[in-house]
Amino acid sequence: MNRFPIWKYALIALCVFVAFVYTVPNFYGESPAVQISSGKATIKVDAALLEKVEDALKAAGVTYTAALLDPNSVRVRFSDTDTQLKAKDLIDKAVNPDPNNPSYIVALNLLSSSPNWLTVIGALPMYLGLDLRGGVHFLLQVDMEGAITKRLESLAGDLRSQFREKRIRHGGIQREGQTLRIRFRDAAERDRGRAYILSQFPDLAVVERDDGQSLQLVASLKPQALKRTQEYALKQNITTLHNRINELGVAEPIIQQQGADRVVVQLPGVQDTAKAKDILGRTASLEVRMVDEDKMNAENLARAKAGSPPFGDEYYVERNGAPLLVKKQVVLTGDRLTDAQPGFDSQTNEPAVHLTLDSAGARIFRDVTRENVGKRMAILLIEKGKAEVITAPVIRSEIGGGRVQISGRMSTTEANDIALLLRAGSLAAPMEIVEERTVGPSLGRENIQKGFDATSWGFFAIVIFMSAYYLLFGVISSIALACNLLFLIALLSLLQATLTLPGIAAIALTLGMAIDANVLINERIREELRGGATPQASIAAGYERAWGTILDSNITSLIAGIALLTFGQGPVRGFAVVHCLGILTSMFSAVTLSRGIVNVVYGHRRRVAKLSIGNTAWK
Amino acid sequence: MEFFKIRRVIPFMRFALAFNVISIITFIAAVAFIAIRGLNFSIEFTGGTLMEVTFAQSANVETIRSTLEKAGYKAEVQNFGSSRDVLIRMPIEKDQSSAALSQRIGELLRANDKSAEIRRVEFVGPQIGEELAEYGALALLVTAVGIIAYLALRFEWKFGLAAIIANLHDVIIIVGFFAAFQWEFSLPVLAAVLAILGYSVNESVVVFDRVRENFRKLRRASVTEVIDSAITANISRTIITHGSTQIMALTMLVFGGPALHFFALALTIGILFGIYSSVFVASPLLMWLRVSRAQFVRERKSRRDENEGAVV
Repeated sequence: MNRFPIWKYALIALCVFVAFVYTVPNFYGESPAVQISSGKATIKVDAALLEKVEDALKAAGVTYTAALLDPNSVRVRFSDTDTQLKAKDLIDKAVNPDPNNPSYIVALNLLSSSPNWLTVIGALPMYLGLDLRGGVHFLLQVDMEGAITKRLESLAGDLRSQFREKRIRHGGIQREGQTLRIRFRDAAERDRGRAYILSQFPDLAVVERDDGQSLQLVASLKPQALKRTQEYALKQNITTLHNRINELGVAEPIIQQQGADRVVVQLPGVQDTAKAKDILGRTASLEVRMVDEDKMNAENLARAKAGSPPFGDEYYVERNGAPLLVKKQVVLTGDRLTDAQPGFDSQTNEPAVHLTLDSAGARIFRDVTRENVGKRMAILLIEKGKAEVITAPVIRSEIGGGRVQISGRMSTTEANDIALLLRAGSLAAPMEIVEERTVGPSLGRENIQKGFDATSWGFFAIVIFMSAYYLLFGVISSIALACNLLFLIALLSLLQATLTLPGIAAIALTLGMAIDANVLINERIREELRGGATPQASIAAGYERAWGTILDSNITSLIAGIALLTFGQGPVRGFAVVHCLGILTSMFSAVTLSRGIVNVVYGHRRRVAKLSIGNTAWK
Repeated sequence: MEFFKIRRVIPFMRFALAFNVISIITFIAAVAFIAIRGLNFSIEFTGGTLMEVTFAQSANVETIRSTLEKAGYKAEVQNFGSSRDVLIRMPIEKDQSSAALSQRIGELLRANDKSAEIRRVEFVGPQIGEELAEYGALALLVTAVGIIAYLALRFEWKFGLAAIIANLHDVIIIVGFFAAFQWEFSLPVLAAVLAILGYSVNESVVVFDRVRENFRKLRRASVTEVIDSAITANISRTIITHGSTQIMALTMLVFGGPALHFFALALTIGILFGIYSSVFVASPLLMWLRVSRAQFVRERKSRRDENEGAVV
């Protein structure tokens, strides 16, 4: 009656063994390491890099305890932080010959000191959340309206240049809110324009409208194009964030989409939050526009300074203080940029930034410069929503080849900064930090300690009580509870789910709740004994009858857990993950595992006179 | 060892009315506190900036407050955990980025006391808070509906309704405590409240399981007797399990530090009321909803071969 087939015992033993193996890495602690990952999409991390790093370290006589290669990075482990710091500089020099244009990101990191064979089978320590390991968490909101405006502006630019090429005469293209308004002088031209847009701009939907003075076409983005634009904006922003964070040299950053228009950025171990925020928050992009020289007379400039520039123009002040009227129409944006490097002007020896444009950008630039020889163009840097004219040179001749240099009263550091910002890419839409959490490393350590203390004290209190109250059955229940903890930690390690402080709280709470199943079982067994059943029959009936109740009560808990998991965010989610996993593991450990032990103890005896489950003789 | 040597059925249901009057009074008090005093929502809900700063010696809250005031910040300053730790809360200010704010405050504090170390900064924008409140309400609703549905499936809709009324009453009471004492209501507290909802339904389920079993076993007994004997049979287990969970919540309260303080507090109150409500509120409700033996007995006849484990 109380015997399991051999395979069932074996399965339980195997589960415990596997759980033990996957829990072990959590006890080894961490040692300082240096992580080298690729800084450019074209550069792959491979065995050659590992060799290079090892050679560099050996040549300098720096000892390391392990060097590992994984798909995304090379990690080298050291025995102490001094060696780690020394090695970081060494490796940086070895893999990045040009510090201004690093191919690899070399970052300090902590690595588990568990033996290699454990790492190979995927047994890693639990992944600690920022509240436990320290670091910065940002939630950024992407301004989707901005993304659409930007897309419409660039479409308007394309329309202008293509209409010009096809000689479709129009009376101006303006963006109004989320639509483009195109004026025409006669119906025939409008029909041509409309046909052209329909054939060449599949993203635009067009309606005709007349306001009495002119014939118009109103173009707007089609719904699917709108959606695509938003998705693209988000992706582009995530890529840009990746690039910028890479410049920071953070090990294991997390950059993820959350919902339709948000991005989560987590930078573990980053202490210099000011710098991180600065780099993240800088939304620099480049725009090339024409200076409106026709309207740039004293009267217009004075009016513009007072806040009312002529229609279609914007007022700026150059770095040397000279006022400028710049057309709103954008010739070229930073999207067309493939590279930006700081350098010096070959003639004046002034600091400069050298830009390289992609082929479409190069063509636009060539056309514009050819058509506007003798006129001035303005190069604007747009940062945090504010535009600044860096330089407004006179176009001397057609510039082909897509290589452009911007210079003009900037310092070397400034040139470096601008190049970095431009290289890191522009954001497709502005972003704003809507949530920020910074946790210092000392607080993280304290949180772990406190969480651990609370859990272990509670655990021991329960073990002592159970063992005293239910004697051997209490000891068995305690073993089941310990195994539950083991399973839970193993599962968390295996899934690499993020463990946060609320997660630790959930471990404690789950243990407190898991014992419920064993109390139910033990009480049932006592009741059966009191009712006069034989010990063996009492065990069987106790487990069997308690099972239905255990299942019901765990499922109701699970319903609440899943609701939390679905709707929860941040700390609530961390709690819910552990809570749900804990409910699942507790059903196995409290029922199957404890039954297995009871069967081993009592099931194979021929005669059992009495169960060690406390006093039941009072009836 | 045995704590409870209960030799005869305790007539719990005789006091049902009294228990429910107590419940209703507490409930009304809780609702009144929530309505009048409102909840002291954490910045996760309201939006704003929160900074935890630690000093080498005990910090002078007054000085910090006046320093910040002079610099033009509306800040709430209080000790947190120990006298050396200080928590600074600031409402959302327009055209003030969080980055600049936390840095500026850090500089101000360090100017006074070089040992000031910023341990934690949290900034939450206004739109996040609204969403959180919405999601919290949604989670509560889904949990409640899910539990009613499951219990209706396993038992009968009356059981589901009784359990959920009893346990929502716990939830209101926990929230009422937070309103009455103006404890900070944060996201982890919300998690604790929802976990309690799932948890204390457990207790009702265990009692209901017995009620169902007793309906089948005790053919002659009245509904009241059936419920009484179910509660009596379970009372020892009830106290022991909740005791264990309560031990865990209490160790968290004692050892968990300030970060887990209100979370553990919500659990402690929740567990306490969970025991009370599922035994003394849910069961009388069941009685008044006129749960009858007919359902279970008929069910047994029609589904004779189904082994639910609770039938001998």
